[in-house]
Amino acid sequence: MSVFALGIELDGEGCHPAAWRRANHPPSESLSRRTLTQKVRAAENAGFTLATFEDSIVPPKGAIRGRVDAVNRASFVAATTSTIGLVPVVETTYAEPFHTSSQLATLDYSSRGRGGWIAARVADPAAGRAWGRPILTEQVDLDREQRDSIAVVRGLWDSWEDDAVIRDYARGRFLDRDKLHYVDFEGPSFTVKGPAIVPRPPQGQLVIFGTEADREQVDVVLVTETDRDAALDAANRSSGLRFIEVDVTLDTPHAAAAGRLAALNQHESAAPSPRLEYIGTTRGLVDLLTDLALHADGVRLFPTVIDEDLPGLARYVLPALFKSGVAQRPVPGSSLRANLGLARPANRYAKV
Amino acid sequence: MSTSDVPRPGAHVHFGVFFQGVNHTTIWSDPASGSQIDFETFRRITTTAERGLFDAFFLGEGLRLREQDGKILDLDIAGRPDAIAQLTALAGITEHIGLVATQNTTYNEPADLARRLAGLDLLSGGRAGWNAVTTDNAWTGENFRRGGFLDHELRYERAGQFIRTARAIWDSWADDAIATSTEYETWADPNAIRHPDISTSQFDISLDATLPRSPQGHPVIFQAGDSPTGRDFAAANADVIFSRHGTHFDDALAFANDIRTRLLAAGRPANDIKILPGTQIVLAQKASEVDEKRRWVLDGQYTGQTALSLVGQVWGRDLSDRDPDGPLPEDDPVPAPISVTRGAARDGKDPIAIANEWRALAEAKNLSLREVAIETSARSGFVGTPGQVADELAHWVRAGATDGFNISPYIVPGGLDEIVDWLVPELQERGVYRTKYTSTTLRGHLGLREPLTRRRSVQTDRSATG
Repeated sequence: MSVFALGIELDGEGCHPAAWRRANHPPSESLSRRTLTQKVRAAENAGFTLATFEDSIVPPKGAIRGRVDAVNRASFVAATTSTIGLVPVVETTYAEPFHTSSQLATLDYSSRGRGGWIAARVADPAAGRAWGRPILTEQVDLDREQRDSIAVVRGLWDSWEDDAVIRDYARGRFLDRDKLHYVDFEGPSFTVKGPAIVPRPPQGQLVIFGTEADREQVDVVLVTETDRDAALDAANRSSGLRFIEVDVTLDTPHAAAAGRLAALNQHESAAPSPRLEYIGTTRGLVDLLTDLALHADGVRLFPTVIDEDLPGLARYVLPALFKSGVAQRPVPGSSLRANLGLARPANRYAKV
Repeated sequence: MSTSDVPRPGAHVHFGVFFQGVNHTTIWSDPASGSQIDFETFRRITTTAERGLFDAFFLGEGLRLREQDGKILDLDIAGRPDAIAQLTALAGITEHIGLVATQNTTYNEPADLARRLAGLDLLSGGRAGWNAVTTDNAWTGENFRRGGFLDHELRYERAGQFIRTARAIWDSWADDAIATSTEYETWADPNAIRHPDISTSQFDISLDATLPRSPQGHPVIFQAGDSPTGRDFAAANADVIFSRHGTHFDDALAFANDIRTRLLAAGRPANDIKILPGTQIVLAQKASEVDEKRRWVLDGQYTGQTALSLVGQVWGRDLSDRDPDGPLPEDDPVPAPISVTRGAARDGKDPIAIANEWRALAEAKNLSLREVAIETSARSGFVGTPGQVADELAHWVRAGATDGFNISPYIVPGGLDEIVDWLVPELQERGVYRTKYTSTTLRGHLGLREPLTRRRSVQTDRSATG
């Protein structure tokens, strides 16, 4: 396995609902541009391959009821970062696939090929009420919208061939219209004609993340299991890229991890996590990740408190993984696809 | 001219830059023309505009590639970013300039669009604007879930309800909703966040808004409609009008006066809306070079193929194999479909009448087909030396014909350089242009009052308590 990629979720102040009490800034700064920039910069400097941004049109379940749209957050830092992949969640259940395709392609241009997408179903009926659309809660409906949205977005990203802009002075033509393609998607709940309004993104196709159920359509499957063996089984089962999701609470110079978690739970107890949980020393986490690297292609870490756990990751955990060769720093100037060991895909419409 | 002779001797010129993204008026055939899509192009224009102390950078919106005769139009620049995503990236590398996204109210939904605009507004520190446009054609709808579902008569109804809904969402959070320290019980006071329930003829939604207000309260709302309905709509809803009246002074003044009348009728002060017409500015440093520069720009904008296409739209057939430097076609236009170019603005005038006008013009001035296309289609805007143009612009704003201009560069990314380097200093010398930013928000740059809904809420509160 050539690549073991390190991802980090940067939503809010961390995955614990009381994380805001331990942040390095006042609560009123939780949503600010400065806080966002500091977190992403810290993750990039630490050597993370990618940062993810959770999102929903519905406010977060935790204490922080506010959240800037994830594509906005990823875009805001796109031009001031240079190596880290930027991977927002965009829902598929109600959003317009045409807009989703344009927004993400634009992120790929502003980040120079570091864009990704976590395609997500939204089962909360509150999301349907906010959109003002018929509410979808049945799994079959959520699966259909997810499948059709990914298909349309991928089709639109290919709807311009890479060399569609020709600037043919002699014939007075800016575009070669033979290299632009209608996607003509027709599904049970919507149709999309195409072509895209944004030319093919720098990576050709952004890196798409999804669940096991999306295996056929995505580049990376996120493995969300509470049990280590179940996670390893899931990771071993497939030939595609697998990332295991891990909640991380580390010992800090001032407090032991278990004590930190107990103190947070006294303010507000966290709901049971759907993910693998690690609570302990940085050395123990290095051991766990080294073990996971034998079975998976990457991890997505969920710090309990970003401002408290990211420093330990940056100072001890990632340097140890880089030193032992388990993981590598992403290469400046290369695309997220390249940093994950993925080739730039051929265009489905291009004639060989 | 003496400054005391004009109605607004202290008025300043406000500049925006409109990155078109489509249309033949952006030259691509010159070596100075850069990429239409690389981020570097947008960085260069936005930072140049900020160096020139502009109020705002505007992006248009693309929802479908333009077509002619059922085929994708291949003559002009095309391919553009999503406006809000791109402006948010630009917010990360700029400090002052306003960032305005054109977004239509038909193929968006209020909770989603209001949230993305609020996100841009918050991350930019209060520099977001929304140019709210209406689209209703089913052809554009073919790219969207709901298709071409909106009747033409309903487009302003939907747009008005959309803006009111967006404002309700933006007003959901009290300004002191978020805790100021970790001593508080909760991160936000749940009682300080309202829960908008909107039930109108167009919308039936209910949501918890996810964002507080930005430093400017709400994104600044721009409107571009020009029909009587569109003007009334602007008078009721807009902060700024992006008008089409940016070429002839009398026309611009008449428009401005009409808007003032409509504002008063809508119960707003006559100066409550800023008017920024779209325009083009062509500069040459010496008077003797002006004609040559103007000719060079027109030559780039009206290539032979573009001229044949524009004339072909009137004649209703493909003229691409004709000689653009030869005469107009001798036969009459085919009185067939009114518009064969989709996605381009062209009013539905009778093609035979247009052809007769154009033939008369060609005969009178001895013009080729291409010259007729230039003569009849060219937006003239302002052409001259920096000093000449500065005098004209100063006159326009002091006389109250406009509050400034939204400039479309005829070439990207370098098309603003001459305006910033040559014209802005001339305007500053005349005392009609800022010499530094005095605000950090778009609302502040434009000298706008607080958002409409917030004024009303203040009045309501007063009447309730007093």
